[in-house]
Amino acid sequence: MTDLALPALADAPAKPAAAGLTARTRRARALAYLQAAPMALVFLVFFVVPLALTLMVSFWEYNEYEIIPAFTLQNYADIFEGCLSGSDLCTTARTYLSTLKFCFLTWAFTLLIGFTVAYFLTFHVRSPTTQMVLFLVCTIPFWTSNVIRMISWIPLLGRNGLINDTLRGIGLIDKPIDGLLYSDFAVVLAFVHLNTVFMIVPIFNSMARIDRSLIEAAYDAGATGWQTLWNVIVPLAKPGIAIGSIFVITLVMGDFVTVGVMGGQQIASVGKIIQVQMSVLQFPAAAANAVVLLCAVMVMILTMSRLIDLRKEL
Amino acid sequence: MDVELIRLTKRYGGTLAVDAIDLKVPSGAYCCLLGPSGCGKTTTLRMIGGHETVSGGDVVIGPKAVGDATPAQRGTAMMFQSYALFPHLTCRDNVAFSLRMRGMGKAERRAKAMAMLDLVQMAHLADRLPAQLSGGQQQRVALARALVTGPKVLLLDEPLSALDPFLRVRMRVELKRIQAELGLTFIHVTHSQEEAMALSDLVVVMNAGRIEQAADPRTVFERPATAFVARFIGGHNVITLPDATIAVRADRMRLGAEAGDGAVPARVVAVEYQGTSVHVGLEAEGLSPSGGGASPVTAILSDGAYSARPVALGDVIPLGWDASAAHRLQA
Repeated sequence: MTDLALPALADAPAKPAAAGLTARTRRARALAYLQAAPMALVFLVFFVVPLALTLMVSFWEYNEYEIIPAFTLQNYADIFEGCLSGSDLCTTARTYLSTLKFCFLTWAFTLLIGFTVAYFLTFHVRSPTTQMVLFLVCTIPFWTSNVIRMISWIPLLGRNGLINDTLRGIGLIDKPIDGLLYSDFAVVLAFVHLNTVFMIVPIFNSMARIDRSLIEAAYDAGATGWQTLWNVIVPLAKPGIAIGSIFVITLVMGDFVTVGVMGGQQIASVGKIIQVQMSVLQFPAAAANAVVLLCAVMVMILTMSRLIDLRKEL
Repeated sequence: MDVELIRLTKRYGGTLAVDAIDLKVPSGAYCCLLGPSGCGKTTTLRMIGGHETVSGGDVVIGPKAVGDATPAQRGTAMMFQSYALFPHLTCRDNVAFSLRMRGMGKAERRAKAMAMLDLVQMAHLADRLPAQLSGGQQQRVALARALVTGPKVLLLDEPLSALDPFLRVRMRVELKRIQAELGLTFIHVTHSQEEAMALSDLVVVMNAGRIEQAADPRTVFERPATAFVARFIGGHNVITLPDATIAVRADRMRLGAEAGDGAVPARVVAVEYQGTSVHVGLEAEGLSPSGGGASPVTAILSDGAYSARPVALGDVIPLGWDASAAHRLQA
């Protein structure tokens, strides 16, 4: 008799408690959604909607004076025109190759410089104050606008710029070097100047997390400086390297201003194509190009993250 | 291999961290550097291991002074306080790391690493990353990593301090077993006198950059050299008499009727039951140096002796000690 009564007694108070609990959980969940809502809204309005519109417009038709809502693949066909037939590379492929070349060079140089600077800041600067001051020094170029930073190269690199004048002055060259400005060199130089800090920050961040005793442990294990760098520091700085690389690659792939200014408006880039099409109001063509560019960048980033994961497996 | 320190000194700017210490650790000994934090014990260990430059004096390992030699050249290996396992490498690769640095082939170094992991009973977790291990397991891996290159001297920097008390006792046994099995010289830094007593053949008590006493644990406990040693290793009362300072083991104090002739009156200020024994805290005016306040004294009674003649807080009872148990300390 008592055996039967017991569960009933136990159940009776349990039920309201459970109900109260679910109500509280529901309220907590609603609150969490509410807290996430502003960011979600910003994300929706400024990222998802424009992207969806771009994708939509890329399928529209256009002529000299208007764009027409439709569904056509013509814009994409125009982009890849001649790519599958001729023995020569089509315009799009050549433009992409040129942009990829800038991208690779910039990535290599910013990685080299960024890693070195971050390494110096983390492992050679002892006092945290000096570290912070030097870190802020790295961001000084960002106190002024992109374009001004590029333009300021012109008096230095131009035909009658500081470098050419000095070299002529000390008699090293007879006539000015033309390739300094409005050339591939100038474009890469400006890209490296503009983007190195995007490498420094994440790499510095992951290096700062490396426990110093790991370096000592490596030394204790008989590792040389280079062995420690390659076997301990580089693997542990990989997340920073990956994030920095993504920054730099996306920035360079989409750029049209730097290539324009530093290339003297003579060098083609994917971003430049889009900008020109926009300026002549060929929005659907520009949108299609943008979608292709987006896909290309995404493929690059995915490949890179795959590579880094693979390395971790080894 | 034996380790000898000759007037070993470490200066940081104006401060003296290690003050010209001399020490000889015989080959195959388990030596504990014992002292409070900031006494220079870790700095000494790091100088022996080549992780800290020497400001003066010499470290001699085996036949030769090591100077600026790297840890590998010295034949030392260090086990770090926080273990310092490489978080991106599995246990096996952590252990094999130093072999890889030496250019040993993959198959050979893996086999050696597995043999070492076997020694510390971690072979079954060889493919785990350090983050997937408990503190005790990480420590075993760190021990295997330190031992894999066959060092002559193993340096341990507070290896047990991050473990819970139960695990600490177990690892203590393990360390002693491995040391005996391999016949290596171990130098172990600790601030726990219990750990030092349990493990070492040679206890080196350090204070303010100097060695207060270096002897086997029994000598250190029976005949502490200085008041600092007597206080630091515990279980002693340091008593200032008019002509000398003496140390008396707390379990040799005599209370009440047994107190004998030289007894002084003392007031009971604490009674702590500890199971097998009872700790009685006393304050005695008569024992204070130059009459400045009452000096606190602890008497440890066996539970039987205490229950035969219990005392209560506030009681004033005669306090004395075995004359034979009084040990005169250096000034």
